[in-house]
Amino acid sequence: MKMKKITALSMAVMMAASMIPSVPVMAEEAKGSVYYLNFKPEQADQWVELGEKYTEETGVPVTVVTAASGTYESTLKSEMAKDEAPTLFQVNGPVGLASWKDYCYDLKDTEIYKQLTSEEFALTNEDGSVPGIAYVIETYGLIYNKALLNDYFETDGAVVKSVEEINNFDTLKAVADDIQAKKDDLGIEGAFTSAGFDASSDWRFKTHLANLPVYYEYQADGIDSTDAIKGTYLENFKNIFDLYITDSTCEPSVLSSKTGEDAASEFALGEAVFYQNGTWAYNDIKDNEVADEDMGMLPIYIGVDGEENQGLCTGSENYWCVNSKASEEDIQATLDFLNWVITSDEGRTSLSQEMGFVTPFKTFDEKFESDNPLVVDANKYIADGKTSVAWNFTTMPSEEWKNQVGSAMLEYAQGTGEWDAVEKAFVDGWATEYAAAHAE
Amino acid sequence: MNNKAMKKYFPVFVLPTLLAFTIGFIVPFCMGVYLSFCKFTTVTDAKFVGFSNYAKIFTEDGTFVHALWYTAAFTVVSVILINVIAFAVAMLLTKNIRGRNAFRTVFFMPNLIGGIILGYVWQLLLNGILMQFDRTLTYSSKYGFWGLVILMCWQQIGYMMIIYIAGIQNIPGDLIEAAQIDGANKRQLLKDVIIPMVMPSITICTFLTLTNSFKLFDQNLALTNGEPSNMSEMLALNIYNTFYGRTGWEGVGQAKAVIFFILVGVIAIVQNRLTRSKEVQQ
Repeated sequence: MKMKKITALSMAVMMAASMIPSVPVMAEEAKGSVYYLNFKPEQADQWVELGEKYTEETGVPVTVVTAASGTYESTLKSEMAKDEAPTLFQVNGPVGLASWKDYCYDLKDTEIYKQLTSEEFALTNEDGSVPGIAYVIETYGLIYNKALLNDYFETDGAVVKSVEEINNFDTLKAVADDIQAKKDDLGIEGAFTSAGFDASSDWRFKTHLANLPVYYEYQADGIDSTDAIKGTYLENFKNIFDLYITDSTCEPSVLSSKTGEDAASEFALGEAVFYQNGTWAYNDIKDNEVADEDMGMLPIYIGVDGEENQGLCTGSENYWCVNSKASEEDIQATLDFLNWVITSDEGRTSLSQEMGFVTPFKTFDEKFESDNPLVVDANKYIADGKTSVAWNFTTMPSEEWKNQVGSAMLEYAQGTGEWDAVEKAFVDGWATEYAAAHAE
Repeated sequence: MNNKAMKKYFPVFVLPTLLAFTIGFIVPFCMGVYLSFCKFTTVTDAKFVGFSNYAKIFTEDGTFVHALWYTAAFTVVSVILINVIAFAVAMLLTKNIRGRNAFRTVFFMPNLIGGIILGYVWQLLLNGILMQFDRTLTYSSKYGFWGLVILMCWQQIGYMMIIYIAGIQNIPGDLIEAAQIDGANKRQLLKDVIIPMVMPSITICTFLTLTNSFKLFDQNLALTNGEPSNMSEMLALNIYNTFYGRTGWEGVGQAKAVIFFILVGVIAIVQNRLTRSKEVQQ
């Protein structure tokens, strides 16, 4: 009799394990289930694999669905309206949180919160509750090709002789201008990769580059968010953007159709020396013309006093949130799963090695460090005591603001608009969008 | 079948379709209208806010009105071009020329390709040409506009051509012969005999091209995606971008969709009346 029961039970478990996608309904009563709506398509397969491992170990079903690139918000909107809504989802920071705040479970007493190396990496509400926790720390700056830069240093009349000397905007500009002038001798297309404004690339400028004037203004005013930006450093913003579009691989008039892949391939094939992007871009540029040891990162200098000490831009825009409207069991199952991800060997190996993430959790010791050369370079800046630039773009008032700034930048770049329009979108747009987002 | 049997089997035949129609159309439609008066993030969790979404379209949001005029201009240009060219091609291909069936097939084929694919293919083609002049499709909304017109002509002319060919072939031969005996020249023949006789086809074709152009989405999304600065964005794409692109604006997008529905409805009815009244009985 007992034997029969055990057989039946094990059969049931096996059945459950073999039908992961449809399982949430079946297993819900027992121990809850996890449904993760993943944001990063680059790591889609690794998450599914990790979920399967967890199910194997514990029997708790884990469903991982990855939204197609650029459709996370819309996918999340429709998935959340379903009966089997995601139990685990992502927001991109305080602004993204605003639309999902009613769906965020307070993570203050959870293990993953306690394992954070710094509270900075969590989103905190005014009442002290914690709606979201960052799980990946990323860094961006000017990725450069060491081999090409060394070639340049050996040319006649090179402005500087080593990369260490490039530690402010003026030097960067002098070097870039000189490289651009000698591009035929160096066998390249331009100093910078194309600053494409296709949707796959425009965030590099309207969000990441625009972060620098915002960051310096916050620093100068001693604040960490604002309802009205003054645009103190917009002149610097213009200078660096001018540099990007003049010392470039293409004419500014074709920028509107240049994609992220265009820029990545230009860098990967050694056609350009500088490429503004982050540690995540490594997967796109590796295994081509540029060897791993030839990849380095420079801070984005925009000509602010004391920028010799400026480091790279480091932060996160990937926060885990647990759906507070899910059932108790599902919430518990999700928290257990997250805990397993950051403490078990499988989880840690997957996150740090296979997905290549740098995480903000204490559980990731030396054994679980990423071997991404860009990450290694980025860590050097921190070790050298440079001041990292915070990701203040998470406080930009809305997507609409970024779009307006991006459109104005493009029109300025291709010569169909004036720089004034960028300033207007940046300063006036901030106030209007902030007011609109905080109405009620 | 007698009336009694009709009554008996009526539910059997109608219910399944009615059910599908209710689930697939009536319910989402009513929900959509209701949601246009709400503020919401997910559709199951909405808060009633009255007419503020509608007000926002014309006050805070400047893109809808531009999209409306852009769409209207596009519709006028493409309806005229598609119908005139399709009719001309149909006239040609009803003459006795060699290989006319092959021609008909070739002209019809673009219609079998999906809008998104067409959009990307034409984006490559047109950008390839514009690159020679250091321009791209998204450089200014003018390029996007004419790019879309070319694309739509290429896609739709073949389909409309088939409808016109059917119409032209349906004209009784004795009618044309009689006109010729009466001494009608080619122009009179076209203006006073052929066109009035194919009026039903013209009604269908203008209706199809008009609503197709007005509701255009895939091609717009693939070709320019509204760039630059939402300047080449047509109504359907504008609604989509408002709904999914702006946090807190889901209701506004929904309100736009309701206005869009009314617009398309009114235009279609007016057009139908206008061309219908010109049709002649054979």
